[in-house]
Amino acid sequence: MTEEGPSARSIIYCGICTFPPEYCEFGGTLQKCKDWLKDEHPDLYDKLYSEDALTTATEGLSLEKQEKVEREIQKLQAKEANRAEKELKKMLSSKVVVKRVERSKRKHVIAVSGVEVFGIDPKKLAKTFASKFATGASVTKNVEGKDEIVIQGDLGDEVEDYVTALLEEKGLDGVKVERIEDKPKKKSQA
Amino acid sequence: MFKKFNAKDDIHSRTNIKSSVQRGLKSKLVEQFPKLENVIDEVIPKKGQLIVIKCTDKLSLYAMDNEVLFYQHFDDPFVPSLKLIHRFTDCFPSVRVDRGAIKFILSGANIMCPGLTSKGATLPDENLPAGTVVAILAEGKETALAVGKLIMDTDDIKKINKGIGIEVGTHLGDGLWSLEIE
Repeated sequence: MTEEGPSARSIIYCGICTFPPEYCEFGGTLQKCKDWLKDEHPDLYDKLYSEDALTTATEGLSLEKQEKVEREIQKLQAKEANRAEKELKKMLSSKVVVKRVERSKRKHVIAVSGVEVFGIDPKKLAKTFASKFATGASVTKNVEGKDEIVIQGDLGDEVEDYVTALLEEKGLDGVKVERIEDKPKKKSQA
Repeated sequence: MFKKFNAKDDIHSRTNIKSSVQRGLKSKLVEQFPKLENVIDEVIPKKGQLIVIKCTDKLSLYAMDNEVLFYQHFDDPFVPSLKLIHRFTDCFPSVRVDRGAIKFILSGANIMCPGLTSKGATLPDENLPAGTVVAILAEGKETALAVGKLIMDTDDIKKINKGIGIEVGTHLGDGLWSLEIE
């Protein structure tokens, strides 16, 4: 094949596992991938999963090897399904914590944590807060090592409303936004 | 190499590339991959703005329009990204591995010589020297599944048939494949 003529090909990638369709079997979501391919690109589906394609692919393998391969694929799929389920549950059960911290007698800051689980970029969110509330906002790491957005000023209500609206937009309206008041520990008299 | 690659943690900076530097890059690319010469303007159009993304470990990703085209570790030869190879398969030297190796490659393993010399695999007839960047295809598949660097000449791989043949740089589904650049 000569290399004249630009050989730019546009490759279709599976919508489920983002691999080229012929590698879907290694992605752990074979069944969903097959369904997607059947709907979107029936011609490719026929090419890959039609009767003769399957027989030529497994021709080289003996019967027991075929069964082994089948079992492994099933195991992989089950693992992936479990993983996806766990992530979803984690998403639904985690909450956004809006904490009101005292900076000095009259001044407070709001610390928002737990935003990353929902796929929200903390830095972008901090910038949005800063411009929306006309005050300073930044991302820092809190004691537990998680990212936290610190907003200057006592804006608990506004932040809560904004975050709930943002989550609703994303479709996650079952999520709780929790308000906490961070009381500095009073030194007890000995 | 991109097993644990996170857009948040590992990316330090991104800068635009001057067009003079961009021209130099294009010529270096064509030098490394002669077959790219005809299509280099499709890969990197003249008016396009190339961005270099600097990451941990002296790793630079060269991207355009939110898609990584190739990367470079230290001053090693450029390695095209998988998506680029899918688009221009014929422009890059390639090898075919045995079907049984696919599973291991997709979990990040390097390729041993027997995987390149067994029945299902094909190596090119002319010798490719060690250090060449090759696309890795699989038996029975048309699209590349990984990109790697030859550790031994292809002739040596055929002769000696022991040890690591190709060091895999990036494969389907790794950190680079799932990287999203805004």
